[in-house]
Amino acid sequence: MTGHHPPVADWATDFDHADPVWAADPFPIWDEIRASECPVAHSTRYGGVWLPTSHEDVSAIAYDTDNFTSRSVVVTEGRPIAEAPQGIAPPISSDPPFHHGARRLLLPAFSPKAVDLLEPFTRAFCHELLDSVAGKPVVDGAVDYAQHIPVQVIAKMLGLPLEDGDLFRRFVHNILESVDAPLEQRFEYFIELDTYLTARVEEHLDTPKDDLITFLVNAEMDGEPLNPEHIGGTIVLLLVAGIDTTWSAIGASLFHLASNEADRQRLVAEPELLPMAIEEFLRAYAPVTMARLVKDDFEFNGCPMKKNEWVLLPFPSANRDPAFFEQADEVVIDREINRHSAFGLGIHRCVGSNLARMEMRVALEVWLERYSEFTLDDPSAVTWSGGQVRGPRRLPLRVS
Amino acid sequence: MRVRVDSEKCQGHNRCYSLAPELFDVDDYGDAHELNDGIVPPELEAKARLAIANCPEFAISIVDDA
Repeated sequence: MTGHHPPVADWATDFDHADPVWAADPFPIWDEIRASECPVAHSTRYGGVWLPTSHEDVSAIAYDTDNFTSRSVVVTEGRPIAEAPQGIAPPISSDPPFHHGARRLLLPAFSPKAVDLLEPFTRAFCHELLDSVAGKPVVDGAVDYAQHIPVQVIAKMLGLPLEDGDLFRRFVHNILESVDAPLEQRFEYFIELDTYLTARVEEHLDTPKDDLITFLVNAEMDGEPLNPEHIGGTIVLLLVAGIDTTWSAIGASLFHLASNEADRQRLVAEPELLPMAIEEFLRAYAPVTMARLVKDDFEFNGCPMKKNEWVLLPFPSANRDPAFFEQADEVVIDREINRHSAFGLGIHRCVGSNLARMEMRVALEVWLERYSEFTLDDPSAVTWSGGQVRGPRRLPLRVS
Repeated sequence: MRVRVDSEKCQGHNRCYSLAPELFDVDDYGDAHELNDGIVPPELEAKARLAIANCPEFAISIVDDA
């Protein structure tokens, strides 16, 4: 936690998603707001933020690209310099109609069939990680395992040095978790990332390879090459968005299985249930809260939203809405009806969702193959990330 | 039974393809479509219902339940 802000006084009127209380356990906060007379909360922090909590409200805003812009999707003190419709990191930060073409460029590389080809590489890497901690009685499911997997896979896809993982994790922490840092400091974070990636893009221009960076520098949209801001922004997106999200989802799944013996035993006995259980982990522990900016003054369900106020889209809260899910606050690993929105809803559905699911399945298969029994070594030692991506950052697991 | 994917609503979550690949396919852009004109043989009806119940966008519907 960075803790640049004063503690929250009242969650209904002064909430802050960077507060340590939110990071540790946001569910009671969302449940209380959702059940109240005012299920869309407002805070004056960050220059004004709204927080819808029901599935109905979160999805309505996700679908409404007329009144809400995506030109920045990370809530901070400032407002983005990058203009709509391209935004800072296309296509996640793009609005229609630009969004459609920018997104279609990326989709084939993340299709189920393309992702399948990365499975053997991912599986071998997961085994390698567990080989390196073999014999230890306590393994950290986040530090020793989950955090490395998506970094390795996306670095391979982009064509970035596989050994730069620690650097990428620092970029991600700075951008997505230090959201309450002063603007000057956030600016420095971006400069560092931009300098690194500019050098890598130049290397690819000199020596083209069979990877996504080479693809982007050669790509065309409407018959024109992509502008440098588009190329750079998309690389930032693919690097940053693919890492701590999936790391969080793998870690949260391990956290659940370490704390719930019956579910763990059942998955070991019935491995064919794993894909269904993964969907339930995605529902119950959805890592990502998205955000929008209000385009112009606009009333949403009686809430007077002002131009350039933020709106958080807490998909994990929508996923716990009892009006939409039966037994919403329970983890049911063989849940049959599961229209969860862990990957968002509408035109901004996570472009990497197939990749994330493959990484989760392989990571959990390999883990359960090695360790059929494991528990939390010390529940009080588990820590969770704050901001808009929530998952375990320390997860000591006793494996023998 | 016959099912149909509404291509306006489909956002490429690929849940139907993953749960019932006998009934649905996806293209390179993740857009899903029904196979075999959407006709669901009786032995696959449970799978079709599962695919419908797991589409986050409510994009799949039963057009003929006979």
